[in-house]
Amino acid sequence: MTITAVPATTRKDWTSDQEVRWCPGCGDYSILAAVQMLLPDLGVRRESTVFLSGIGCAARFPYYMSTYGMHSIHGRAPAIATGLATTRPDLDVWLVTGDGDALSIGGNHLIHALRRNVRLNILMFNNQIYGLTKGQYSPTSEIAKVTKSTPFGSLDNPFNPVSLALGAGATFVARTHDMDRAHMQETFRRAHEHRGAAFVEVYQNCNVFNDGAFEKITGRDVRADMLIPLVHGQPIRFGAEEEKGVVQRSDGRLEVVDVADVGEEALLVHDEARADPGLAFALSHLSRGPIEPTPIGVFRAVDRPEYGDQMDQQVASAQERRGQGDLKALLRSGSTWTVD
Amino acid sequence: MANGVATEGGHPAEQMDRVVIRFAGDSGDGMQLTGDRFTESSALLGNDLSTFPDYPAEIRAPAGTLAGVSAFQVHISDHDILTPGDAPNVLVAMNPAALRANIGMLPKGAIVLVNVDAFDERSLKKAGYDTDPLADESLSAYKVYEVPMTSITQEVCKDAGVKPRDAERSKNFFALGLVSWLFTRPVDPTLEWIGKRFADRPQVAEANTRAFRAGFDFGETAELFESHYEVRPATFEVGEYTQITGNKALAWGLIAAAQLAGLPLFLGSYPITPASDILHELSRRKEFGVRTFQAEDEIAGVGSALGAAFGGALGVTTTSGPGLDLKSETIGLAINLELPLVIVDIQRGGPSTGLPTKTEQADLLHAMYGRHGEAPLPIVAAKTPAHCFEAAIEATRLAIEYRTPVILLSDGYLANGAEPWRLPDVDALERIDPKFATAPNHVNDDGSTAFWPYVRDEETLARPWAPPGIPGLEHRIGGLEKADGSGNVAYDPMNHERMVRLRAAKIDGIARRIAPLEVDDETGDAEVLVLGWGSTFGAIVAGVRRVRARGLRVAHAQLVHLNPFPPNLGEVLHRYRTVLVPEMNLGQLSRLVRAEFLIDAQSLTKVQGVPFRAAEVESAILTLLGGPR
Repeated sequence: MTITAVPATTRKDWTSDQEVRWCPGCGDYSILAAVQMLLPDLGVRRESTVFLSGIGCAARFPYYMSTYGMHSIHGRAPAIATGLATTRPDLDVWLVTGDGDALSIGGNHLIHALRRNVRLNILMFNNQIYGLTKGQYSPTSEIAKVTKSTPFGSLDNPFNPVSLALGAGATFVARTHDMDRAHMQETFRRAHEHRGAAFVEVYQNCNVFNDGAFEKITGRDVRADMLIPLVHGQPIRFGAEEEKGVVQRSDGRLEVVDVADVGEEALLVHDEARADPGLAFALSHLSRGPIEPTPIGVFRAVDRPEYGDQMDQQVASAQERRGQGDLKALLRSGSTWTVD
Repeated sequence: MANGVATEGGHPAEQMDRVVIRFAGDSGDGMQLTGDRFTESSALLGNDLSTFPDYPAEIRAPAGTLAGVSAFQVHISDHDILTPGDAPNVLVAMNPAALRANIGMLPKGAIVLVNVDAFDERSLKKAGYDTDPLADESLSAYKVYEVPMTSITQEVCKDAGVKPRDAERSKNFFALGLVSWLFTRPVDPTLEWIGKRFADRPQVAEANTRAFRAGFDFGETAELFESHYEVRPATFEVGEYTQITGNKALAWGLIAAAQLAGLPLFLGSYPITPASDILHELSRRKEFGVRTFQAEDEIAGVGSALGAAFGGALGVTTTSGPGLDLKSETIGLAINLELPLVIVDIQRGGPSTGLPTKTEQADLLHAMYGRHGEAPLPIVAAKTPAHCFEAAIEATRLAIEYRTPVILLSDGYLANGAEPWRLPDVDALERIDPKFATAPNHVNDDGSTAFWPYVRDEETLARPWAPPGIPGLEHRIGGLEKADGSGNVAYDPMNHERMVRLRAAKIDGIARRIAPLEVDDETGDAEVLVLGWGSTFGAIVAGVRRVRARGLRVAHAQLVHLNPFPPNLGEVLHRYRTVLVPEMNLGQLSRLVRAEFLIDAQSLTKVQGVPFRAAEVESAILTLLGGPR
């Protein structure tokens, strides 16, 4: 086998000739740019890269990438991606989805792809609203959301996507937001390096139907006080002067405190590789929504055998034990008789 | 049907040209296994045969009740047969419920072997008998043999090392032994099978062996039976044979098809009766590079298969009943993406959960029209259990050559039914060429080259299949309408009309590739044609033979391709005064041929969860010919 060097590329090489048709000002533009600018750094080939999606605004993403791609049907992309990723281990498969696509109509497929640990990079754009159908509430919308379909306010308790992914047994779970390209790129890079299902929630602004949903935490002027960066092996602290931090109380509860009150050594040290997901789950519940200080970064990154690899191993070991399948022998595997 | 032949030792063995035996008992009594073993030894003896497992949807319905009766019917013969038989000549009834549920099917004079030990007051009551049918005159039309199967089995297994309760469970092998004696079956294949099957439980093997031998010896020594019977081997074409069920033949056909195409086989499936056995069989065959994926639901089953197809594998999904409904949206996507995909539907009684373990042919119109938008696809239907092998290869061939999802219709009767299968010469099977795209296929205005995913082959109208991995062929496809050629998203009205018509023309054009319909019309001057599709094949052929045996003329043709139809179908139909269409639905094919060819097709329908009987087809033909003569 000849291993040829991956040719150097630029953002332009990863950009298709199709006109981008998201609303002007949509957060999706910055996510697309972050991905197109990151890919040249990942050492991957265009022909071995696939972007898959379901339905929704986010799902138009594959059309704008000059890779192989499929824009499929609502909610089903994780199932389609599972078939592709398990039969083509040579490919780098990205799945772009939204809060409605992934958590409502496709919730079942998402949790199963995560528990199986299929080698997928799942980017879930969360704008807490249905955009493409013009503004109904989504499974991540806050309670009492007034929309076209809920003129008296929504009744549904929202999903916390990070908690859901952790609960499904995901091996890589992270959160980032559309206002910080460097953070997005670092998070996507980590997701790409992970061998297994990587789930990334991206807070994304829908400036038409849910403008400013994340402004209270991602706005430039408030970000330092409202976003809690999770850094593996480091005490969890934030604030312009890193004056705030997170501690774990004796009853297991996590709490935001002033570092000055508790001392630095009392702060919780982030461990994304912890085998049990309990602490990551507690961190995902530290805020009740994008209105309070909210952790971003990698919540959990652990190693577990990848689904397609295991499937390949079963095939390989069967072939080792029994040899390559022989059709003639198969047809004669039951009792046979000959008529002369 | 029988004539006396004295055998050595004076014990007469009567020759029979055919016999239909029905094993019936409680769901837990092992009747399917008993029937299966009897079938296997008959196959090895060289009989022609056809089987019909008939079991309830409940795994263990309340013991002793009518709802819990499980039966296995096998038809063995010394000549070519095609159905499991209209009426059993022999009924083995392991308890009162089994007797009550099946006695109505028997013709007068039939043999009834009952396990008399099970006819206690409680069991009679459970089966709904007010009085013991063995004690009154209600069975006087039959030859009833009362055999203490349970107690003899327990007696011979006393010191076999199994508990008395477990010993009782071997009584099905006693029944098998007795029927094996009654029909002069070889003993060794069954004994060998018991040894192999229960190798890890030697005490169970011993108990089953003893029970089987006791049953055989009982027949020989009890002097209960005036005679025993012999069904001589049938005359088969020269070749090597095995006994095969439809689901196994279908699974093997998929493996063969993948090999013929040189593609890895990926099955995405969700367990559902009666399709699950295909998933089971393929999941055992990993040495063929088969990847099976038990998905979280029916939708993920077909979705994963489509994803695998996008990656260049042979993507297959298997389902039944409501599963087909759930797959509809993804099948529509596959039609739009124009990717190869095989959807196997083992039809069962519907609507909704319906009759999960019973057969029906009521999904034809769903296969044909069950998607939103103009969404045509090819439909292939298997006609016998062994034909499922060939049908799987044909469905795959059409899917790959035309880049389209194909629905392959089988049904519960074919799935579980068995028949002898003359093994094909696999080296002689025609290869399937996936013709993957290898290079750009379009020149831009500026002279540069590009890959356009929707440039079509002039002859087949198929688009290029370009799985990821080849530089320069990167492309995006999706469920949105796309521009003819470039495949880019397009909302232009005239383009949509063109694409709708192109997709339809591609499927219609398959008619040019498939073989003309063959008509069995011995004299060429029949006035009535029986047009069937799928699993009605056996009953129609048997019915047609009966009509011809009366000196009457009738023609028969069986459709394997339901969409598009064979190119000569219209011409064939117009040759006959009357066309009779027997179907296990309310007249779905008859509706299609009426609409397509403007002929007055006569419908013969049956929706009872069981296949047609030859007599039903015969009677319908006779009516059309002017009544029985």
